[in-house]
Amino acid sequence: MTNENLIQYIYGIADNSLILGQRISELCGHGPTLETDIAMTNMALDLLGQTRSYYQYVAELSPKDITEDDVAFLRTEREYKNVLLVEQPNTDFAYVIVRQYFFDVFHFMLLKELENSKNVNFQAIAKKSLKEVSYHKRFSGDWLKRLGDGTEESKQKAQQAIDDLWVYTDELFHMTDNDKAVSKAGYGVDTTNLKDSYYAAITSLLKEATLDIPDTKYFQKGGKNGIHTEHMGFILSDMQYMQRTYPGMKW
Amino acid sequence: MSKKNWPLWEVFVRSKNGLEHRHFGSLHAPDPDMALKNARDVYTRRSEGVSIWVVESKNIKASNPDDNGEMFEPAADKAYRHPTFYELPDDIEHM
Amino acid sequence: MENMKEKEQMKSLEDIFEAKIARDEKIEPKDWMPEKYRKTHIRQISQHAHSEIVGMLPEGNWITRAPSLRRKVALLAKVQDEAGHGLYLYSACETLGISREELYDQLHSGKAKYSSIFNYPTLTWADIGAIGWLVDGAAIINQVPLCSTSFGPYARAMVRVCKEESFHQRQGYEIMMTLCNGTQEQKDMAQDALNRWWWPSLMMLGPTDDESTHTEQSMKWKLKRKTNDELRQQFIDQTVPQADILGLKVPDENLKYNNETGHYNFGDIDWEEFWQVVKGHGMCNKERISARKNAWDNGEWVRDAAIAYADKQADKEVKEAV
Repeated sequence: MTNENLIQYIYGIADNSLILGQRISELCGHGPTLETDIAMTNMALDLLGQTRSYYQYVAELSPKDITEDDVAFLRTEREYKNVLLVEQPNTDFAYVIVRQYFFDVFHFMLLKELENSKNVNFQAIAKKSLKEVSYHKRFSGDWLKRLGDGTEESKQKAQQAIDDLWVYTDELFHMTDNDKAVSKAGYGVDTTNLKDSYYAAITSLLKEATLDIPDTKYFQKGGKNGIHTEHMGFILSDMQYMQRTYPGMKW
Repeated sequence: MSKKNWPLWEVFVRSKNGLEHRHFGSLHAPDPDMALKNARDVYTRRSEGVSIWVVESKNIKASNPDDNGEMFEPAADKAYRHPTFYELPDDIEHM
Repeated sequence: MENMKEKEQMKSLEDIFEAKIARDEKIEPKDWMPEKYRKTHIRQISQHAHSEIVGMLPEGNWITRAPSLRRKVALLAKVQDEAGHGLYLYSACETLGISREELYDQLHSGKAKYSSIFNYPTLTWADIGAIGWLVDGAAIINQVPLCSTSFGPYARAMVRVCKEESFHQRQGYEIMMTLCNGTQEQKDMAQDALNRWWWPSLMMLGPTDDESTHTEQSMKWKLKRKTNDELRQQFIDQTVPQADILGLKVPDENLKYNNETGHYNFGDIDWEEFWQVVKGHGMCNKERISARKNAWDNGEWVRDAAIAYADKQADKEVKEAV
């Protein structure tokens, strides 16, 4: 296993935090109440903090003289390895919560395993992030229950979000060749082992929230190989705007 | 549409073990669980606390300032409840 | 006769009230207070709260475009603080017997005012620096004296706000500093931002003393400690040397240090522009209000859902108890 394997593996984890953090950041100032706005922003800050820890590690591993910001802002779209789920838009609060919950449950399980990685950096980041993500999962799960078992309107909106976002859940458990190599070396996580308990957890909460599991059989994939939905280009043009317009400057 | 607004809650935070919970402020939340979460996100962003209480504001019974005379003034002339009321020689120690 | 007696009683209540404030005692929500005191406080505290949450918008504009991760988290935390400060202030206002929803209605309908400066657009990254440095700088000058204002809940909210806000201005100045130590393009960007934000920042400290209607009463109630003109002078005196350190030029041909007074003389402020923006004709007045209104309106089904859920849970608990 090479450093490049490890770097690619980190992208597969950290880019999720970056892109989801970026997505939630868009909502700052536009939440349904001030309290919810503040809570969502806390999640964005957690995710961006995690991103920084991972990218600083990438900068260390890289043979080139690069910084966390080069990693965050100066890759091409194909070089981002986040799952499609996290780049989906903030259509309404139901999408925001469902997207968050679908990701949080996975994220928590992943970090739990990553805590036992042979890599001490992964161990440390996972240990710190677990506390944050454990709270995210509780927050998004609690909200999903409220939307599902709230009013007719909220139930319908939550169900719509679930139906639309469900197709992006399976990709969470795809193992790229690189994932397999890093996992085999004892550094990475074999996410295929997490799949059953993931769907069990989600099913149980959706049931409690009086929501239905979609019977979709076809799932979307691509993000882990750098093939994204059309949303990604717009996220990046926003995010990379300064770095691309004024190359090589310090901010 | 229910048009019912989220009720107001009072937030009490213990800054560290050994100290009492202190009133930090208030916020709106639909239920106790959310009130607790919101309190965490609103009032402990800078590590201000290790424990939080929330109580719906309407459940607090407060004294009326108009009654302050009968409520609090009768205590004012009971100087004998305070150590300085008792006269002791200056050179006595440990008392 | 009865009427006379009532008036006399009222007068003596007011005298006791004013004497209490003069002795630096705080007024708490359930204490007796003149109706005018209540109304003035609702107006001022809610304006302050509205300014915090409308103020999130021009800066929020740049969160997704922040040029580095470090800047992104700092800006996000700052804008989040503003939501928190709005919340503290709305809460203080609510102790006076008005709900947050009513206050929002006043904001959304255009009845309530907020600081006009947030109706100016944020056009470049340097604007985020300039806002932190100048707008927060001016805000601090306004806010610090309010920590000892007469109304307890307002004073307590301000103590918290001031404590948390201490990083905001530094954040802004650091952005300006980095730009001014950077390339010519970055310096130009910083100068351009100062050019556009300088005068609105001076206006932010309020109309001149002879135009200001509330000053005398506000002084008595400790809603104000210094007049608008004094605050403005203080702001200019402390900010000009900071601009010098950055190597930026304050856009005022008449700005000159006066050795006799120990203060800077400065040029005329375009009050016509100020009043136009106050009246709703700033570049972003409509956008700001509609952004706030959309957030609230689009959130209605979410708030309703949470209440409906809470009611159902409460019903369940009752049934289980039976």
